[in-house]
Amino acid sequence: MTEAPGHIGDSPERREDLELVTGHGEFVDDLKRQGMVFASFVRSEYAHARVLDVDAEAALARDEVLDVYTYEDLAHLPADIPQIYRVPTLEETEYPLLAKEKVRYQGMPVAVVVAEDRYAAHRAAELVDVEYERLESVLDPVEAAEPDAPTLHEDCEDNVAFRFEIGDEEAVAEAFEAADRTVSFEYENQRIVPNPIEPRAVLADYDPYDDELEVVVPSQQPFLHKTIISTVLDHPKRKVRVQAPNIGGGFGAKSMVYPDEAVTAFCAKQVERPVKWVETRSESFQATEHGRGQVIEAEVALDEDGSMIGLDVATMADVGGELGSKGCLHASTTFGLLLSGQYDIPAISFDSTAMYTNRVPIGVYRGVGRAEAICTLERLVQLAARELGEDPAEFRRRHLVQPDQFPYETAVGSTYDSGQYEQALDTALDMADYEALRAEQDRLRDEDRYLGIGVSCFIESGGLAPSSLSELFGFGQPDAAVKSSYWESSIIRVHGSGEVTAYVGTSSPGTGVETTHSQIVADKLGVDVDDVDLIEGKDTAGNPDGSGSVGSRSAPVGGGAMKFSIDKVVRKAKQIAAHKLEANPADVAFEDGEFHIAGAPDRSMTLQAVAQEAEVATDLPEDVEPGLEATSYYDPENFTWAFGTHVAVVEVDAETGEVDLRDFYAVDDCGVQINPQIVEGQIQGGIAQGIGQARFEGAVYDDGGNLVSGSLQDYAVPKSTFLPELTLETTETPSPHNPLGVKGVAESGTIGATPAVANAITDALEPFGIEHLEMPITDQTVWEAIHGDTEDE
Amino acid sequence: MYPNPFDYYRAETVDEALDLLDDHAAANPTVLSGGHSLVPTMKSGLAAPDVVIDIGDIDELSGVDVADGTVEIGACTRYAAVVETDLVDEHAPVVSEATAEIGDAQVRSRGTVGGNVAHADPASDLPAVMVATDATIHATGPAGERTIPADDFFLGIYTTGLGPDEILTRLSVPALEEGAGAYVKKESPSSGYAMIGVAVRLQTDGGTIADAGVAANGAMDHAIRLDGVEDALADQQADEVAVDAAADRAMDGLEADDLMDDIQASGAYRAQLLESYTARAIDRALDRL
Repeated sequence: MTEAPGHIGDSPERREDLELVTGHGEFVDDLKRQGMVFASFVRSEYAHARVLDVDAEAALARDEVLDVYTYEDLAHLPADIPQIYRVPTLEETEYPLLAKEKVRYQGMPVAVVVAEDRYAAHRAAELVDVEYERLESVLDPVEAAEPDAPTLHEDCEDNVAFRFEIGDEEAVAEAFEAADRTVSFEYENQRIVPNPIEPRAVLADYDPYDDELEVVVPSQQPFLHKTIISTVLDHPKRKVRVQAPNIGGGFGAKSMVYPDEAVTAFCAKQVERPVKWVETRSESFQATEHGRGQVIEAEVALDEDGSMIGLDVATMADVGGELGSKGCLHASTTFGLLLSGQYDIPAISFDSTAMYTNRVPIGVYRGVGRAEAICTLERLVQLAARELGEDPAEFRRRHLVQPDQFPYETAVGSTYDSGQYEQALDTALDMADYEALRAEQDRLRDEDRYLGIGVSCFIESGGLAPSSLSELFGFGQPDAAVKSSYWESSIIRVHGSGEVTAYVGTSSPGTGVETTHSQIVADKLGVDVDDVDLIEGKDTAGNPDGSGSVGSRSAPVGGGAMKFSIDKVVRKAKQIAAHKLEANPADVAFEDGEFHIAGAPDRSMTLQAVAQEAEVATDLPEDVEPGLEATSYYDPENFTWAFGTHVAVVEVDAETGEVDLRDFYAVDDCGVQINPQIVEGQIQGGIAQGIGQARFEGAVYDDGGNLVSGSLQDYAVPKSTFLPELTLETTETPSPHNPLGVKGVAESGTIGATPAVANAITDALEPFGIEHLEMPITDQTVWEAIHGDTEDE
Repeated sequence: MYPNPFDYYRAETVDEALDLLDDHAAANPTVLSGGHSLVPTMKSGLAAPDVVIDIGDIDELSGVDVADGTVEIGACTRYAAVVETDLVDEHAPVVSEATAEIGDAQVRSRGTVGGNVAHADPASDLPAVMVATDATIHATGPAGERTIPADDFFLGIYTTGLGPDEILTRLSVPALEEGAGAYVKKESPSSGYAMIGVAVRLQTDGGTIADAGVAANGAMDHAIRLDGVEDALADQQADEVAVDAAADRAMDGLEADDLMDDIQASGAYRAQLLESYTARAIDRALDRL
């Protein structure tokens, strides 16, 4: 397929890259301002303790120290991180910007030091003497629910932050009663430390003369930062300006609003000088919210034909010591609404209990909730197939939702927009040469070699989000922290020169939106992509309000908003063209950047000529305003439901437990692809992180609540050398409700890859009778499973 | 990330470095070479020296030479230089192979072999290589130069036979006239350091293994010689070596409980890796004969 250069479907080079690869990108820590000072946080050493006293005298005595602040200094302000997604049963507890009376996780900010330079700030922070009374801690959501567990929040004695239920419990009970057999398992979808290569950072600057508080922060959602910083500091919202420069990776972790960020802004107001704070890597491990962290029980009911007739999933979700700004998301809708996966399952019930524990708060991390849901389902499906003695790929195939069933409403109430699930499965199995792999597996087992093939069929709900979701979370309530839904905004401005400036409210963390969204304009307006400037919602003073880049929404929702504005621009241009060409607007056609009269191709005008007329404005039709520009807000009617099949092939060395990830095949369908190369990059990166969770990553705490895996020496992020060559293919099933037919893709790889790898390893170990292994499935984990845990021998 | 303040001195000659060590003896000075072990420990707060003496630019400490059957490697020779020098590959192939495994290109461009050995990280790659090759470590102090056999050099975690007033100047590795070597390691997926690394040197005489050197990193708090494995290999016909039987003796005199046990790997798993990687290292060395 050949595409017009720079249009939708073409893969021009990312216009972001030259600046970045030559080291000219501008990140927060590159920014310098006259008189800039530095902040450093005093953080809790303990997982759970009462703060008896904070003695800052020694720090304050140092010449370079401007001031030290504790909760007392914030007491007159709201200074409480609110919950954005308030599930109906939420008992909201206070999350003070600096510890009020207690600390509830190691790394929680207790005090902040502002000093002339960053070394001085860090040294002075070490001089702040905090007197603690240590309390018993609880580090596991299941243990936190036990009656004798220590209480974290006095106003929440049972440690239950919230419960969330979805689906039809009664129908599920009936299915289980009618079942021929059932298959169940329990596992932990472990805590992940997000580790963007650029840690979090803030540069805050306050102008007392016009009361403007400027906050430069690598935010995936600058308008959200603006709203919450304004709220917690009680600063007029119109006087808070948030800007996001280049972002060195986010993975969702830079979409929450954190106490230390707001406190840095507070410091700037206090000292009336620019204040910079940059997280150290160790700090990032303890202060940037983690992802996942759920202990999950899942059970499926199978009828006599071995068909899935009921699914029951319950999770004990960890929210950490405090409920972060998005602490409700991983254990509610993002999880529950995905549980039907690609399958036609008549009855499903999801029940979550979210527990406070003395660990770092849980936020959103690439694939939030959906990764847990699909991992649970795809592991369970594998176990069910094994129970039935059926090939796991064929077991899946029997249950797939068929193309004629769309729009398909699942038993948990999601409505899938479109899909060709079997086509993706077939394509993936063909690429992997699945039959040959199974034959090879049999042959190798005779030689005591252990090949494993893992399949996962997944869906991804991208395109966050229809405003109906906001209703569920009470965004319309008078006391809601955020009263703005996840629509997206855009402006398209065609200049008299024929060039276009486009604005969109998303805020890409490095994912290539400047390139892709310029392509949308070029394609739909028939202009050269190099004549398009794309300005993302990275400066709240420069764009209409937008919702940022989370939930795989930049292309479907941001792109949708742009399509709306483009349509408006074209409608207006047609009126002007019709006037100039002395025709009826209804007879004007627009094609390849030209307006012409139907049936009279020589009577035409270029878009540039029309834009020129609109600017000169001496001969416009009556009631038509000058200028060729439109603003739109797009509220999607549904999520976009991307999908695909991943196949992982491993060989396990039974002697050492070493797992060789031999091959990885992935078929992804994200509808229309704006820039296939960028789609491929998203899938590659997602798969890398999915493999990371399956094999290497996981926050490890000791019994005292210390984060033992607290540095990159001890916490393994996936590296390129750990990955096999990825064999990738795509199919294209457009979203019928999206203005561009696109579906979000940023999280697909992460969601699909983890269970594919876990399934492959357990498949390899079938001869040892091993059904399940807890993640990360390290070589040692496999070795212990094969040889028996020798610890007790 | 933010080391404590310290005084920095750069020495141009070994004598100058020794004088600086003497001048600041009361301040417990630390020697800096490539900085790839020391600086991270300073940034993370594990080390907080008041005085740092940089020997990295001392010309006489850098370079590789082969003389009288010995490969002489200056302490401040960068890893990259060792890897790129054919002399090392030719006469001390295990040193070359292990050095190429250290860190990444950036680390190898700055880090030095002497710094590595003097730091004595139990999971680092060079210590076992020094033991397996029967290397000699040269140190210079106020009383002049002395030599320390590798077996006596590595004493414990970050602990060596080097005195506080001494500088490691040179590594002498006996040239392998006839035979082959290998270094294989099980890399930690987080740090890249060795969970287990095994160095094997097989010196042959015709078809016979005249002398075998086998040592491991990562197993204990310092590099250890695997005497049992060496015994099993010595005097064997190279084409008749029972590799697994030899490797099975890796744990001779050791219990799994003696091995390092941390979040990277349990002691029991390290014991398994020690045997398996010993077998792989022997296999690889035999293949190269």
